[in-house]
Amino acid sequence: MSLSATTTPPARLDPPGRPKPPRSRAGRFGRLDLKASPYLYIAPFFIVFGVFGAYPLLRTLWMSFHKWDLVNEPTLGSTWIGLDNYKALLSDDYFWNATYNTVGMFLMATVPQLLLALFLANILNRPLQAKTFFRLTVLVPNATSVAAVAIVFGTLFQRDFGVVNWVLSLFGVDAIDWHINQLTHWTAISTMVDWRWTGYNTLILLAGMQAIPRDIYESASIDGANAWKQFWSITLPMLRPTFLFVTVVSIVGGLQLFTEPLLFNNGSILGGSRRESQTLVMYMYENSIENTAKAGYGAAVAWALFLLIMVAAVGNFLLVRKTVK
Amino acid sequence: MSVTKHRLCQVAAVALVAITALGAAAACSKKADDTSSKPDKLIVDTFGEFGYDDLVKAYEQQTGIKVELRKTAQLGDYRPKLVRYLATGKGAGDVVALEEGIINEFKINPANWVDLQPIVGDKSADYLKWKYELGKSPDGKLIGLPTDVGSLAVCYRRDLFKAAGLPDDRDAVSALWPTWDKFVEAGQKYRTATGKGMLDSVTTAASAVMFQVGGDIFYDKDNQLFAADGKTLVASTSDAVKQAWATALKLVDANVTAKTATWSTEWSAGFKNGTFAATFCPSWMTGIVKDNSGAENAGKWDVASVPGGSGNWGGSWLSVPTQSKHQKEAAELAAFLTSATSQVSAFKLKGPLPTNLKALQDPAFQAYTNEYFNNAPTGKIFGGSVANIKPVNLGPKHGNVKEKAFEPALQAYEQGKVSATAAWEQFLKDVPLQGSY
Repeated sequence: MSLSATTTPPARLDPPGRPKPPRSRAGRFGRLDLKASPYLYIAPFFIVFGVFGAYPLLRTLWMSFHKWDLVNEPTLGSTWIGLDNYKALLSDDYFWNATYNTVGMFLMATVPQLLLALFLANILNRPLQAKTFFRLTVLVPNATSVAAVAIVFGTLFQRDFGVVNWVLSLFGVDAIDWHINQLTHWTAISTMVDWRWTGYNTLILLAGMQAIPRDIYESASIDGANAWKQFWSITLPMLRPTFLFVTVVSIVGGLQLFTEPLLFNNGSILGGSRRESQTLVMYMYENSIENTAKAGYGAAVAWALFLLIMVAAVGNFLLVRKTVK
Repeated sequence: MSVTKHRLCQVAAVALVAITALGAAAACSKKADDTSSKPDKLIVDTFGEFGYDDLVKAYEQQTGIKVELRKTAQLGDYRPKLVRYLATGKGAGDVVALEEGIINEFKINPANWVDLQPIVGDKSADYLKWKYELGKSPDGKLIGLPTDVGSLAVCYRRDLFKAAGLPDDRDAVSALWPTWDKFVEAGQKYRTATGKGMLDSVTTAASAVMFQVGGDIFYDKDNQLFAADGKTLVASTSDAVKQAWATALKLVDANVTAKTATWSTEWSAGFKNGTFAATFCPSWMTGIVKDNSGAENAGKWDVASVPGGSGNWGGSWLSVPTQSKHQKEAAELAAFLTSATSQVSAFKLKGPLPTNLKALQDPAFQAYTNEYFNNAPTGKIFGGSVANIKPVNLGPKHGNVKEKAFEPALQAYEQGKVSATAAWEQFLKDVPLQGSY
């Protein structure tokens, strides 16, 4: 590599009898340096991404065109079946059920979560006593482990001795079996997600709010705009880029929901006896790690999920281009 | 930026790349195998509780080989790990436990497993015959040495039975339900007296019936899911499945269960809170009942026999993956852990029921009483029903079909989500999905 060039004896590069300006070697090296070194600086990321990102991505694509047995492939091999896995996917009820659950729980969790985060951020943006304390406190749930949250919430949402049912009973509501249908499953799981992520989004939105110049608010109040009008006409429009960032992060996280529904269903990858809260990632896991003979099909599910996230991300990009000039 | 500083950065970047490459090269290189020398350490992978803690210490002292026990709490988490080890060709322990529901799946490719017979010798006379035979792959290799069987009993709460006006003495309770119909009657009495479900859930009962009937369950003798016509599912015509299903529906319709699915949070909490008064327990489950019920309920539980006389849930083998670098020593360790004395020691510690015939006849085993269960003679109760277990044909993915097709459908009906017909249809739809291999 370029290191060896620096250690080569100068005699070979500069044969006697051909005098050269002493700066020329350094100049040539300098040009190489200018051209090559930026690539070297960014190389570590691309090497790591290549090993842990691109390679698995492409291998998964390759697998999805095969009947692939995860355990026995090295010894027994795999069979090329073209697009059969994808065709099967389109007529698979359980795949569409998982898609429906994933998108449904994403909406059920994200919409109230972002509204609540906006509300909290607006409060924290006002002059408050001990504001650092409050700002740090909203982030605490995010610092806890997903598994711990899911186990605790699983206990809270228990049918017989759960705290949620106990609180509801104070208002005369009968004990709810939170595993009984899609709605109860989604409610319990969305609550877990919101508990963990609302604070994080609050802080990001708060940072966005603080970047809005104060003098705009001052001139608005001179013009007679009240707090609500200021929020509606200044804060919200100027917060839009931040809001879109928060949405993208929520989409990527929300569509990959896995641990919460898995632990809510006591570790069952089906997500309930009628698959009420099985997400796409769970369905992928079921069709690769659990049913090892179907790893090719699981790879196709992974690519379907990838496409879904791409569609959502591109949708966001178009929105961003429209609103952020 | 000056040239020297620039160059320094470049050198640093090159060095970084070089180090990354070196690291990768080191990770790729393999140490030359040296199977002849004595290993420093052997790793044993198990799930749940096998009761090997004291045994491996004894083995270390005998042989000077260190043994590391890697325990995974639940089989459901254990299996994916094993799959990963086999798929990548590295990471598995030198000795791994295979449960009855998953062993057939791993037998599909015998190349992954060491043939133990040439190393440890013919042990067929030492173990329950059917159990020993199930440890063999289709091509006749001995890939697993038997550890335990999940011979079934009923664990029940004496205090709750008494309060409901049912007998509480273990012989009287066993006499209360010689058949499943009598069991349903007892459950109805309990419901009338207390308003609660007597049994935790319906799935284990169904599983017990399956083993009592025996024969083909989800697969036929040739490990096929479909009958010769290629359309009819073996599961849809199997007597074992049909009777299990019918018994389960009876239990649900008579409101005998507390609708607490096994392993759920309601279930674990139910032991302490008296949500239900009885659960079907294989020998290995006694430890779990004890842990979930806590010290405050010591002496309240007791053990009676199962309606219909016998049943089986769980039980395992110890195998040596071919990826182990110390196959001979690993096979010898597996033989040590499944010997008669070891099995009695494991039983006393955590409850897995011996499969070694000498262990089953060992007076120390037969005379064993479990203090927590009101001094029930668990050695005699569980040991006595071992002889009644009928060998059944568990297909390659029996565990998967049972847990992801049969039980969810029954639970959906138990929880009142679907009609019996819809539950049966759901089951039949899921059998090929979960059972194909």
